[in-house]
Amino acid sequence: MTDLLAARIQMALSLGFHIVFAEIGIAMPLLMVLAEWKWLRRGDAVYLELARRWAKGTAILFAVGAVSGTVLSFELGLLWPGFMRFAGPLIGMPFTLEGVAFFTEAIFLGVYLYGWDRIARRAHLAAGIVVAASGAASAVLVVLVNAWMNTPVGFQLAADGALTNIDPLAAMQSPAAFEQVLHMLLAAYASTGLAVAGVHAWMILRGAAPGFHARALRIALAVGGTAAVLQPISGDISARAVAVAQPIKLAALEGLWETQRGAPLSLGGWPDAEREETRWALQIPYGLSLLAFHDPHAEVQGLKSVPPADRPPVAIVHVAFQIMVALGSAMALVALWAGWIALWRRDVTVQRGLLRALVAVAPFGFIATEAGWVVTEVGRQPWVVHGLMRTADSVTPMPGLIVPMLLFTLHYLGLGAIVAVLLRSLVRETEGPRVERSATAAPERGTP
Amino acid sequence: MTDWLAVLGPPELAALVLVLGMNVYVLTGGADFGGGVWDLFASGPRRDAQRALIAHSIGPIWEANHVWLILVIVVLFTAFPPAFATLGTILHIPLTLMLLGIVLRGSSFAFRSYGAHDRASQERWGRIFASASIVTPLLLGAIVGAIASGAVGEAASALSALQTEDGASPRSMFQTIFLAPWLAPFPLAIGALALAMFAFLAAVYLALAARDEALRGDFRRRGLGAAVAMIAAGVAGLALAPRSDAGFAGPALVFELLAGVAGIAAIRALWTRRWSLARLAAGAQVSLVLWGWVLAQYPFVIPPAQTLRAVAAPRVTLVFLLCGLLGGAFILIPSLAYLYRTFASDQRR
Repeated sequence: MTDLLAARIQMALSLGFHIVFAEIGIAMPLLMVLAEWKWLRRGDAVYLELARRWAKGTAILFAVGAVSGTVLSFELGLLWPGFMRFAGPLIGMPFTLEGVAFFTEAIFLGVYLYGWDRIARRAHLAAGIVVAASGAASAVLVVLVNAWMNTPVGFQLAADGALTNIDPLAAMQSPAAFEQVLHMLLAAYASTGLAVAGVHAWMILRGAAPGFHARALRIALAVGGTAAVLQPISGDISARAVAVAQPIKLAALEGLWETQRGAPLSLGGWPDAEREETRWALQIPYGLSLLAFHDPHAEVQGLKSVPPADRPPVAIVHVAFQIMVALGSAMALVALWAGWIALWRRDVTVQRGLLRALVAVAPFGFIATEAGWVVTEVGRQPWVVHGLMRTADSVTPMPGLIVPMLLFTLHYLGLGAIVAVLLRSLVRETEGPRVERSATAAPERGTP
Repeated sequence: MTDWLAVLGPPELAALVLVLGMNVYVLTGGADFGGGVWDLFASGPRRDAQRALIAHSIGPIWEANHVWLILVIVVLFTAFPPAFATLGTILHIPLTLMLLGIVLRGSSFAFRSYGAHDRASQERWGRIFASASIVTPLLLGAIVGAIASGAVGEAASALSALQTEDGASPRSMFQTIFLAPWLAPFPLAIGALALAMFAFLAAVYLALAARDEALRGDFRRRGLGAAVAMIAAGVAGLALAPRSDAGFAGPALVFELLAGVAGIAAIRALWTRRWSLARLAAGAQVSLVLWGWVLAQYPFVIPPAQTLRAVAAPRVTLVFLLCGLLGGAFILIPSLAYLYRTFASDQRR
């Protein structure tokens, strides 16, 4: 394994691990704030119990997200010093603001988690709202950096290839910024919301504390379902933007080799880089031209328009894209189903078919998010900054990178397993009718 | 007056913010690591009470404290990108190990607080939390020592010389470039100093936070023990310090002398049970040590070649950075004050 590949795997693992916790850190605070708000409005103590239990889960997941995010900020220098030297002055601004937003989030999460009995109810709810808002702001700012890597603007190129006359504010408004931010935020709410809905649907199916879990399910489904229904629209906006700004990425995710008018849409199939063709795909005539440009006769650029050295690993990108779209569509359909039931004013929490579907799609959001990041990151290769700097030129000269890669892999596997076990026991606690009883009892002291 | 304006341009202001961030991190996050040390060494009849006080004291605030480190890193790579690139390259190994320590410390503390119910797993997470709290400050200190000694800068020039040669691989000089700069007596002494200082800080804070006299006595004794270790590591650091240049002269020397005075005052206050004074003096001492180091190597970010101005990002970046941080300070400072006030009143009950 080359050092470059080891560095890429380590970065991919770190991002892939962090993104799950980042999504939860964005969306979970919204869910717990909604539960607390319902408690304040209705005086129904089960909502208070729900907010507390969601907060407990958030505490564990946020801590893992915070430390894995720290790892990422260091890894920028540990693995990609060339990139940081090149782009640091330009992309530092959103990172700095993200630091401020994340700081705010950490402060008020501390207030929220430990302040149940120490501050006024309204102040406590306000702290939760600040956590939810600053979490979303952090996500926006970090995605702005990635958008810049995809569509770099805000500078002039010097003769030696360095960036001059830089404009950090213009760099934050790169062409890909809006659609990437929209897509990521919706992904966070859809993934987390439907995952939480799936957990509570599972508990209802098992007959555990139905009152408690029904209230949880309604809130999670409202947030996750709405985002899941909106996500395909955001995906369409993204695809059209990629078609214009990063045509080779679009060609890779669609497995399109020849530049052509009226390009077909390939469903499934395996892009073969040797033979430069995508085999065994189901082709829908004019589909790609329609999707990418909303015009059946539009010309779509193919992979062969650039030399092989400038093409991303097509098979990975194409397959990841299919996975993302398939899982996202399934989530949107289940969300529409739930919306249909709710439209007729029927109770979504007693429809066993829907509950089973919610359990089935629970992990889809996180898998689709991973696939989506593979699409945008692997799809940009061989560039770290599209068209400007190759990933190979930005990697550290440090040899033996397979060692830290394996170290972090083990680390993440261990952490992931522990988090899974802890969350399982946290959910198990709510199995009996105990939670509804304890909610009506006198408020307990805050956890130390 | 004009002299000061010439010296205090955007690069210097950014560096000032960087060091201020480091200072707060050392005083808050550093003490949280020190708390982990005392968790490991909890003993005697009040063992559980000691651990409970530590968990209670750092629980609500450690994540906010940890963010200072992220802020330092972000300011470093925004304002001084080449320095960040050099540190990430040459100090890859200690930084990676330190990161693993940070991850283990944070996650095990959260698992212990929120996840574990039975005593066995509580103790397992406690041990990991405590061991990581020892390893991380050691590495952090060693990293600072490696930078201060000039070894990182020298390794960086050796590496770039190697890269301009045809076909030469960094593998051939792995030991010289990637190990020797930090795996040496002086950086390790600074690592020990950092660990002892964090433990001292934590003991002083905990003595102040404890409610009953016996528990206060426990942390007083621990603080005095840490003070002995701190003095030993400090003397070792001074003895091993490379004396190639005029490093410790002028203001830097004054700062280090003042640090010594503050340290003695802190130990004396701890000895005579004046808890608030001890906290003030201990905080001053640790801060003065840090600023002494910074002044000693000014104007270098990474001695002996990378000066502040040479590695600074373009002016526009620095101005935006400083404005962003100033705006952020208007949100963060009242928020932090609120956080500490909410939980401090509870600790003194």
